[in-house]
Amino acid sequence: MTMRIAAEQLCVDYNGTVALYDASLKLPSGCICGLVGMNGAGKSTLFKALTGFIRPSRGRIRINGCSIVEAQRQQSVAYVPQSEEVDCQFPVSVWDVVMMGRYGSMNALRIPRSSDRVAVRDALERVDLLELSRRPIGTLSGGQRKRAFIARAIAQRADVLLLDEPFNGVDVRTEKLMADLFLQFRREGCTILISTHDLTHVRDFCDLVVLINKTVLAYGETSEVFTPENLSLTFGGVPPDLLTGNSSP
Amino acid sequence: MDLLLEPLSHAFMLKALLISALVWGVCGLLSCYMTLKGWALMGDAVSHAVLPGVVLAYALGLPFSLGAFVFGVGSVATIGFVKQKSRIKEDTVIGLVFTGFFALGLVLVSKTRSNIDLTHILFGNVLGISSADILQTVLISSVVILLLLLFRRDLLLFCFDPTHARSIGINTGALHYLLLSVLSLAAVAGLQTVGIILVVAMLVTPGATAYLLTDRFDRMTWLAIGSSVLSSVLGVYVSYWTDSSTAGCIVLVQTGLFLLAFLLAPRHGVLRRGNPQA
Repeated sequence: MTMRIAAEQLCVDYNGTVALYDASLKLPSGCICGLVGMNGAGKSTLFKALTGFIRPSRGRIRINGCSIVEAQRQQSVAYVPQSEEVDCQFPVSVWDVVMMGRYGSMNALRIPRSSDRVAVRDALERVDLLELSRRPIGTLSGGQRKRAFIARAIAQRADVLLLDEPFNGVDVRTEKLMADLFLQFRREGCTILISTHDLTHVRDFCDLVVLINKTVLAYGETSEVFTPENLSLTFGGVPPDLLTGNSSP
Repeated sequence: MDLLLEPLSHAFMLKALLISALVWGVCGLLSCYMTLKGWALMGDAVSHAVLPGVVLAYALGLPFSLGAFVFGVGSVATIGFVKQKSRIKEDTVIGLVFTGFFALGLVLVSKTRSNIDLTHILFGNVLGISSADILQTVLISSVVILLLLLFRRDLLLFCFDPTHARSIGINTGALHYLLLSVLSLAAVAGLQTVGIILVVAMLVTPGATAYLLTDRFDRMTWLAIGSSVLSSVLGVYVSYWTDSSTAGCIVLVQTGLFLLAFLLAPRHGVLRRGNPQA
C-alpha cells in the first residue's frame, strides 16, 4: 500500500548548520498525526521539506508515491502557517486568501472560473467564515484568521495537510471547530500533520505521534510512543510537564 | 487656465509631462509590490548600483538602459551571493554593495572622456530628455507593465506567502528574479525623470501612500498609480512655475500626498484613528 507521506533518511542543512538528519517517517492515509518537539527541533524544517520550500541535502520524500515536484503539480500538500508567519496587515480579503488555494489549478493568469468560486465558497462555509469573506484579513481575530488559512487548504483539495502550531492563540470556538474539521478530514482520507509543543493536544486529537529532535526519535501510536524515555529524549531531559505547564497523567 | 496651458506650448514641457506621467505610473504599480515585500532598501540599492553601467554604456556607445540593467541585476546577484556565503546581515550587505557600485560609477565618470553630465544622471534631466531616451523609456515601461500585469496574482502571492506558493508548484525562485529584474528596469526608466538619488521615492512612496488608504490590493494599485501620476504632473508644473528642480518638485508633491494620507487616511490615518494601538 502506498503511504501518504514517506520520508527516507532526510537531511537538511542551512549553510552547514544541520537542521535535520536521518529523519525517516511513514504516514498512512486518513490519520491525524502530532509532530512534537522543542523550538528548533526541526518541525518547521520538516514542513518546509514536505512542501518543497527547501531541498533536502540528502534522502528522499514521496507523497502518495510521487516526488515532491509531482505532488506540487497535483496540489497534494497544503501548508497552514503559524499566525505570526503571515503579515496580517497585508491588503487582501478573506476571499482572496482562500482563492490563493486555487491558484495551482488555474491557468497562468490565475483568472478564477466558476468551479474555483464554488470551491472557495464551500471552503469558507466549512470553516464558518462565509459572512466575513469580504473582510480584510487584518480585521479578523487570530482564530478567524487561522480558519481562513484552513479554508485555503480545503479549497486546494489537498490530501496532506501540514499545520504549524494550529492551536496557538486561537479561541475556544475555533479550537472546537478545528478539532471537528480534523476528524472530517481524516474520514475523507486526508493525512493531517500537526506540529505542536503542547502534549495535551496530542493526547486529545492525534492517532499517531512523531517525536522529533533534529531527527525522528520515534513515531507510531500515541500510547506506545509517549514513554518517559522518548519524551526525555525529545525535550532534552527536561520533564515535559515543566515545559507545557500541564500535568501528564 | 492660462497658467496650466501656457507651459504646454513648449515641446520640452509636453514631453516632460508625458514621460514623467508614464514612468511614475509604472513605478507606482511596482511600488505596491516593493512596499508589501519590504524591498525599499533593495530599490535604493539597485537604483544606485546602475551608475557604473550607465557610464560604461555611454562610453561604449551602447543604449544606457542596457548597461544600467546589467549592473542593476549584477548588484542584486552580488548582494545575494555575499549574504549567502557570509555571516553578514542582509541590510549591511545591501549598504555595502550598492555604495561600492556607486563609488565605482563616480570614479568611472571622472575617468571617461565623454559628455556625460553627472548631475543629469544623479538628479535627472526630464526637461532635456532626448528622443532616443524617450524611445528607450517607453519601451522599458511597456515591458515592465506587461510583466507586472501577466504575473500580478503570482507576485502578490509571492509577497504574501511564499511557502504556500512553493507548495502549490509556483516557481518562487523565478518570481524572485522576475521582481528584481522588473525593479532594475524600472530604476533605469526612473533615472531619466528623477535621477539615481531620488528613484527610490518612485519605488516606495506611492505604494506606501496607497497602503495607508485601503485594505484591498486592487484598489491599492490604482491609488498608487493615481497618486504617482498626479504628483509627477503637478511636480513638473510646480517646477516650471517656480523655476526649480523638477525631480525635487515631483518627489516633494509625492511626499506631501503621503503626509496627507498619513494624517487623514480613513482607517489608518494618525488623526482618524480612534485607538492609537490599532
